[in-house]
Amino acid sequence: MDQKILEIDNLTVEFMTRNGSVTAVENVSFAVKKGETLGVIGESGSGKSVTSLALMRILDTNGKILSGELVYSGVDLKRASNAAMYDIRGREISMIFQNPRGSLNPVRKIGKQLEDVLCQHGLANKYNARKKAIDLLATVKIENPTARFNAYPHELSGGMCQRVVIAIALACQPRLLIADEPTTGLDVTTQKVILDLVKDLTTERGMSMILITHDLGLAANYCDRAIVMEQGKVVESGCIKNLFLNPNHPYTKKLIRATPNKSSQLNQLLPSESRSSCTSYLEGSHQSASFNHKRREPKNQRPLLYIDRLTKEFPIRNQIFRLPSLMSFGKRPKEVQQVFRAVDNLSMKINYGESVGLVGESGCGKSTTSAMIMRLVDSTEGWIEFDGTDIGSVPAKHFARSPIRSKLQMVFQDPTDCLNPRFTARQSISDPIIVLGSLNSKRSLDKRVDHLADLVGLPKKLLERFPHQLSGGQKARVGIARAIALDPKLLILDEPTAALDVSVQAVVLNLLQELKCELDMSYLFISHDLNVVRLLCDRVMVMQSGRILEEGETGKVMVEPAQSYTRDLINAIPHPPELVPQ
Amino acid sequence: MMYPQSRVGTVVRRLGQALPVLFGVILATFVLTRALPGDPAAFFAGPAADEKSIAEIRKALGLDRPLPEQFLVYLRDLSRGELGTSISTGQPVSEELIRRLPASLELTFLALLISMIIAVPLGILAAINPGKLIDHICRILTTAGVSLPTFFTGLGLVFIFYYILGWAPAPLGRLDFAYLPPPHVTGFYLIDGAFAAEWDTVYAALSQLMLPCVTLALFTLAPIARMTRASMIQVLSSDFIRTARAAGLTNYTVLIKYAFRNALLPLVTTLGMVFSFTLGANVLVEKVFAWPGIGSYAVEALVVADYAAVQGFVLSMAIIFLILNLIIDILYTFIDPRIELGN
Amino acid sequence: MTVIINSKPAIKEVVADLESRSASETTGSSRIAHSIRKQGSYIWYILSSNSVSLIAFTLFILLVLLAILGPLIVPYNPLATSAVDALKSPSWSHWFGTDQLGRDVLSRVIIATRLDLLISVTAVAISFVFGSLIGAVAGYFGGWFDKVSGRFIDTIMAFPLFVLAMGIVAALGNTVENIVYATAIINLPFYARVARAEVNIRRDAGFVHAAKLSGNSDFRVLAFHIYPNTLPPMMVQASLNMGWAILNAAGLSFIGLGVRPPTAEWGIMVAEGANFIVSGEWWLAFFPGIALMLAVFTFNLLGDCLRDIVDPRQRT
Repeated sequence: MDQKILEIDNLTVEFMTRNGSVTAVENVSFAVKKGETLGVIGESGSGKSVTSLALMRILDTNGKILSGELVYSGVDLKRASNAAMYDIRGREISMIFQNPRGSLNPVRKIGKQLEDVLCQHGLANKYNARKKAIDLLATVKIENPTARFNAYPHELSGGMCQRVVIAIALACQPRLLIADEPTTGLDVTTQKVILDLVKDLTTERGMSMILITHDLGLAANYCDRAIVMEQGKVVESGCIKNLFLNPNHPYTKKLIRATPNKSSQLNQLLPSESRSSCTSYLEGSHQSASFNHKRREPKNQRPLLYIDRLTKEFPIRNQIFRLPSLMSFGKRPKEVQQVFRAVDNLSMKINYGESVGLVGESGCGKSTTSAMIMRLVDSTEGWIEFDGTDIGSVPAKHFARSPIRSKLQMVFQDPTDCLNPRFTARQSISDPIIVLGSLNSKRSLDKRVDHLADLVGLPKKLLERFPHQLSGGQKARVGIARAIALDPKLLILDEPTAALDVSVQAVVLNLLQELKCELDMSYLFISHDLNVVRLLCDRVMVMQSGRILEEGETGKVMVEPAQSYTRDLINAIPHPPELVPQ
Repeated sequence: MMYPQSRVGTVVRRLGQALPVLFGVILATFVLTRALPGDPAAFFAGPAADEKSIAEIRKALGLDRPLPEQFLVYLRDLSRGELGTSISTGQPVSEELIRRLPASLELTFLALLISMIIAVPLGILAAINPGKLIDHICRILTTAGVSLPTFFTGLGLVFIFYYILGWAPAPLGRLDFAYLPPPHVTGFYLIDGAFAAEWDTVYAALSQLMLPCVTLALFTLAPIARMTRASMIQVLSSDFIRTARAAGLTNYTVLIKYAFRNALLPLVTTLGMVFSFTLGANVLVEKVFAWPGIGSYAVEALVVADYAAVQGFVLSMAIIFLILNLIIDILYTFIDPRIELGN
Repeated sequence: MTVIINSKPAIKEVVADLESRSASETTGSSRIAHSIRKQGSYIWYILSSNSVSLIAFTLFILLVLLAILGPLIVPYNPLATSAVDALKSPSWSHWFGTDQLGRDVLSRVIIATRLDLLISVTAVAISFVFGSLIGAVAGYFGGWFDKVSGRFIDTIMAFPLFVLAMGIVAALGNTVENIVYATAIINLPFYARVARAEVNIRRDAGFVHAAKLSGNSDFRVLAFHIYPNTLPPMMVQASLNMGWAILNAAGLSFIGLGVRPPTAEWGIMVAEGANFIVSGEWWLAFFPGIALMLAVFTFNLLGDCLRDIVDPRQRT
């Protein structure tokens, strides 16, 4: 049973770059036993993907295995001939990747792509390939596989594409499957379905699996053993339970701490010595925050933000064959015009000093909602009232000149995308102050920016840097500093940590919580991750297909969801085991 | 949100979309003659005309009528295939153009064929051997190739292969004086000669064609090779190639079935631009080799300010280009299943 | 509240520590990702790209100097004819030989630099300004302006461009200015399209939304936030386009448009020399042709180098 199927010993991989060589993987050793699932855990840049590419010998031409041994069931992968490698890839070891749609040839039918692999490895000929491919599609639970055989990747959803990729990977009954962040970018519910499928199929066939992931929750739920990688080195390895309960290496400890679980509190995500008393004094964010707003909100006052039956419709381009515009004189009849309701009769309110979470999967309309509240997009119908003023009736085009503009700000999802690449951090933070603020001297402006940098914990020397010279967390700070530059009353946080590594996420979340109590703001926190929302919000709204499905105190919704969709959403979150408080 | 859509429908739709462009081309050609500064009547009358004859011509051409009416008249004439009369030859422009068109097309198509046969494999080889010798050859060839003025390359080839080596015939037209053109079927001497089994004529025509073809091919080679290389490199680094490799597909399958099919898409798009360059360069090559095509006709007409001829030439070139682009777009729909025309 | 503020340094220090680490991680990983995307031997590339940019830059400076100093350094009057010296092959007194009228080819080639560069630089400048304006507005606002300008651009592109230039010059009149306008018009679509695409992909970028939230009007967003970001690719386009503009202008004068004899211009000099090629007097066409080629080559090389600097991923 404990037979080793793969052994990697002291693997070092280097890349030649324009700036000389970079060691991506250094002295990595691990083994995979027959039938087990090994997790490879690490944050971005830890070299976890490079290891698997090196093992398959499909590194790009500038990457090179410098030293080390790679042995797969007695075959020396490092020295095997190219022809032997063709037989091993797909037949013995196969891979699935992130970005499922990109992993499929866009101009070839998915069935044909399956046939290619089957025929390549001599498992089918041109007479039975089609049938075998359809069987495979059925194995990965694609409905109506005969019809889907002829589909192109762009006609399928991301989850479906990943099933096809899995079918390709499992087509030749390999004995080892390498799954490289297979569900990054997919919704949590899809993630669960896909990983359950992979797990079932591999267990059924007695296969071994290497699951490469940045998500400790996933590793905890699907792996037997795991190794933790940091900057190209393995820092710790062991049985998954031991790893979580008795982590030895400080990096593992930090990672585990930073990953939110079912019961962790915001301030527990950081190493204990750095907890600020702000959060520890608040102890348990959501109780305290609700306490806060109860304390601050005088009775009978209207909420800060009040939204009534907000609707947004987008026209759908009619793709059915029609004559070109030149030949169909006049306008098309009205009834042909179809619309897609991104947001459907949505009502909500946010009180002064309150943090509200808006949770939903991709395409549920949460971003459209935030764009409407921010007055970047006009609503089709509905009423938006902010701080007692009707702002919904001001067209988005003219809202830049509204006095309320400065009171409504936003922190964006992608910290890189949200900064002008040609502005220094200082310029980015100054921009709103120059345009909307009342500071007129350069001196007071600089002072204000310095103060803001201080507030968000951005070292002043970084203020003169351009975005590409900053790390993800630093960019996130610049984005936050810009958002709070004009003392907004409402800050929309649009998945502010989705693009960040988990340890940075922990820091940013704490910072946001701190700023909230310091600057007396309200938050609308948009996220797909209920676990993260729970840390910051008193109330949560669950959104699906443009509607609010459920709403309530965060703790209550998390424990006793009223809707089955919410329950699925909560169950799909891969929780790491709860920590025993030390 | 994809509705199944028949290819025939897509093709018909694409044809429909060409109509506004055709209209735009006709309008632009019309505007070039009528609405711009200068007296079109003086152009049409030629440099030797006096005031009175210009006035007569103005009336005869309908230039004294309002512009929209003139445009309608222009459209009517076009629909009958009338492009006016050349003042230098006295012949209808359309007849002259049709007579000369095969010469130009034979030259252009053969040149494109030659350059594609060389450029596409060169680009692929360079892409799969980055940093190797073939890659450097490709890079040097493409950078030098786009820098070559066609007329200069043509003259260089004439000097070397005609004057020094004496391998090529004199750069004077489609066929040596010793031969008679083959019986007219398509107007392409190579094809007509083959039909008539006059192999001597085919050989003579081919030897006349060789230098201008190579000149033109050298010019179009660079952009095609460059684009092939770039799109191959881009496709080869994409995720689905990695997946295909990880699934154990052989190099050949990965390169041809997976990478090249995808690399074709940007390549086919570039072809439109290449055609544009080729048709333009064609004019220069025809002048250098005294090739009796529509390009040299236009050059001769330009010298004597024979405006009807120039205008007819511009319009017919635009229409040829339009047809070529249409063919490309229709080809594209067959390569790319994702195509949604009209976006 | 005081408690909160006092406690600040603690968290900030840890944070700074965390971030400096993740900064090094990010650069490391992006470098790897970056290199994974590319192939090839990098050391060779660095060397060659440097020496290539060096050559390109040197040639460029040389061209500019010739254009400026031309009249001061020519050995002979480029227009002075001499029946005795007609059709002399290159020698010590006439490095590039003499033409059919006994004019010194070297002097004519040097003098022509200014005119050729002037035509193409002016044309490219015109199309850059108008093209990028049209493209930026169309790309940002969309709507009717986008449709109308799109149709206009499509119509220009529906002609083989050199042929259109011929038509324009023929219609506007056979002068040098009209060569400039014609070259500008046929180059316009490239700038308009690049500008439109570059603006369009940034229209929904996070930093544009952020700029709007900062109270910037649409005009300010376009002019101060988006447009500066599109300049690098536009500059690359301009440099690559210069070579093509020179070729076009020379081509037009080769077929007898624009520049008239006896003005010295590379295209027309090649055209005049063409008649003597078949009788072996190659230098008449050869030297102006080589000059023309070098000029085009310089700008193409320069464009490639600029593109490498601006966007290494687009390297071809």
